[in-house]
Amino acid sequence: MDFVVSQILTGLSLSSILLLVALGLAIIYGVTGVINLAHGEFVMLGAYCAWLLQSQFGWSLLASLAVIFLLIAALGWLIEVAVIRHLYDRPLDTILATWGLGVMTQQIVRLTAGGELRYVQMPPSLSGSVNILGATDSAYRLFVLAVALGLFLLTWCIYRYTSFGLKLRAITQNRAIASSFGINSARAYRLTFAYGAGIAGLAGALISPLKSVSPEMGTTYVVDAFMVVVLGGVQSLVGTLASSAVLGETSGLLAYYSNDTIAKALVLIAIVIIIRFRPQGLFAPRVRA
Amino acid sequence: MNRNRRNFLKAGAAAGAFSLAGFPHIWSKNASLAFAQDGEIKVGVLFSLTGTTAIIEESLNKATLMAIEEINADGGINGLKITPVVEDPASDPATFAEKARKLVLSDRCVSVFGSYTSASRKAVLPVFEKQENLFWYPTLYEGRECSKNVIYTGAVPNQQQDDFIPWLVEKFGKRWYLIGSNYIYPKEENNYCKKLLEGLGAEVIAEEYVPLGHSEFSSVINKFRSEKPNVIFSTVVGDSVVALHRQYRAAGLDPASMPMASLTTSENEVAAMGGDAAAGHFTSAPYFMVFDSPENQRFVEAYRSRWGGDKVTHFVSESAYFQIHLFRQAVAKLTAGDIGPLAIREAVKGEEYKAPQGLVKVEPENLHCWLRPKIGQCKADGQFEILTQSADWLEPNPYSAYPNQKCTAEGLREV
Repeated sequence: MDFVVSQILTGLSLSSILLLVALGLAIIYGVTGVINLAHGEFVMLGAYCAWLLQSQFGWSLLASLAVIFLLIAALGWLIEVAVIRHLYDRPLDTILATWGLGVMTQQIVRLTAGGELRYVQMPPSLSGSVNILGATDSAYRLFVLAVALGLFLLTWCIYRYTSFGLKLRAITQNRAIASSFGINSARAYRLTFAYGAGIAGLAGALISPLKSVSPEMGTTYVVDAFMVVVLGGVQSLVGTLASSAVLGETSGLLAYYSNDTIAKALVLIAIVIIIRFRPQGLFAPRVRA
Repeated sequence: MNRNRRNFLKAGAAAGAFSLAGFPHIWSKNASLAFAQDGEIKVGVLFSLTGTTAIIEESLNKATLMAIEEINADGGINGLKITPVVEDPASDPATFAEKARKLVLSDRCVSVFGSYTSASRKAVLPVFEKQENLFWYPTLYEGRECSKNVIYTGAVPNQQQDDFIPWLVEKFGKRWYLIGSNYIYPKEENNYCKKLLEGLGAEVIAEEYVPLGHSEFSSVINKFRSEKPNVIFSTVVGDSVVALHRQYRAAGLDPASMPMASLTTSENEVAAMGGDAAAGHFTSAPYFMVFDSPENQRFVEAYRSRWGGDKVTHFVSESAYFQIHLFRQAVAKLTAGDIGPLAIREAVKGEEYKAPQGLVKVEPENLHCWLRPKIGQCKADGQFEILTQSADWLEPNPYSAYPNQKCTAEGLREV
């Protein structure tokens, strides 16, 4: 019994990290259609903010989360204003531009903060472990899971129940018609990009106590995030949730029975096969064309 | 007309061939035959100052330059100043090979000190073997190499494991979990570890490799929990080692009953993961920063006053430092006119030096070093506590996992 529980918990922990990293990307990609290759760098900047606030100003991780969200969201807002908004109808150029931004960000961090690996101290209140149905799991990992679900719920509510969310859904379906009904789509895009960036920053801050913090850390996360979004179906928040759960549990299980190298390869093969038969992803919303 | 042109071309070609293969060649050969010129002797320093491994290689570069400065301040070698030619191979094996060629061919360095990863060593090896030059490699590595053109001053598997593995088996038990990054170094170390464990009647319950750069260890830690090994033998490297230690700690596992034993976790890695995550785990190495010897005290003090009070020394920077002094002793035995890479190699054979870790010696047969392994336990302040040290220096055997092969002065022998 405790084996099954701890296996499920491991999978959930993997899923929560995937969800955190993919959520921002799913929002940005779903609404604006921008393939943001600098997404991993937002994650990395979030982790560096956590490190900076902790090592220079002595802030605990929990206290700095809100600040980090606002900082990275502001940065995302700036980038949208300066670069992205000029490129909305040129998907290839946005790929190139965001990739370039990512490279520049990495080098700026390397030059200012230095290239050495950093770490962030776990909040002392969460550094213990918890017993659940006979299985032990790290309290911090459960906390990350809770935050990931909370953020997902918040995003879903905004999307579903606010008038801003309604406008977003309208823009997602057809920007030109939504604009002709008086929706300020430029403003909606800007806020979406900022919100997505802020969530990525939060993701980086939250995973920093479990991983090493380095200028290159973002590159692996952007790949994972794309995997989740593509499998779940673009424009589908529930799809993102479901696909991160599926990917997390599957790779956890495969890694337990073989090892992480094989698990990663098998998961990728499975995604390729699924995409072959369902190019729109598992949870693509049905929209009248 | 036709004939004229043909003649002209012929003459031109002949002149060209002559000028290419003729005078300048003889000239340059004469002019540069002597490696020691104008009271100086040039050496190459080849550590990455940029790129992924720059952090660690920068400390090797610093230790190397410091040793050279010390020797020059002391009057050089028989009056000859050492001039370091520093190149940055940017953590890229192809650039390593290119810069090595430049140092050997156009700078005419008599030796090159450098590189950290096995991949970069393998990349420069053909350059030194083809040009009959000499490469000095300070890093611990997986062994199984027998080059006549490399002096290896870091530890090979038998030197780190011979004392370490039996000690751990006796202290903690016989159920072992081997976890490593997926490349040659961990696999070769594990080959030797398994051989030792078999001899001790211990059991390997799992041998697992994660991709380089892997940072999610929750499945691995889940397996630690359910398998309950007595010792986790970790050859995980790079940023993965930080993630592994931090997640081990977050999971609430206890180093007192399930310690991780490593051959690569030095003061440098501990600084990157935080002392809290490293505390209680074990490392085997010939050198730790806290080692108590007058030579080490001098080394640490000099390093910190030269490069900054917060800097740490570790077992690779120590070899990067003492190999320059071995070089000095070898060159000092030669007259200025005889100085050359192969003469230095012959002169360094059997040479001894009182290094920060204790007295070391270059083994004449395989050009590796006799070293003094120690076992350290990490403490929360980021330093190690040295628990045991080998009674005597330990012979280097780069083929310890392959008893039918032996590295000799004549090359690799099947026995």
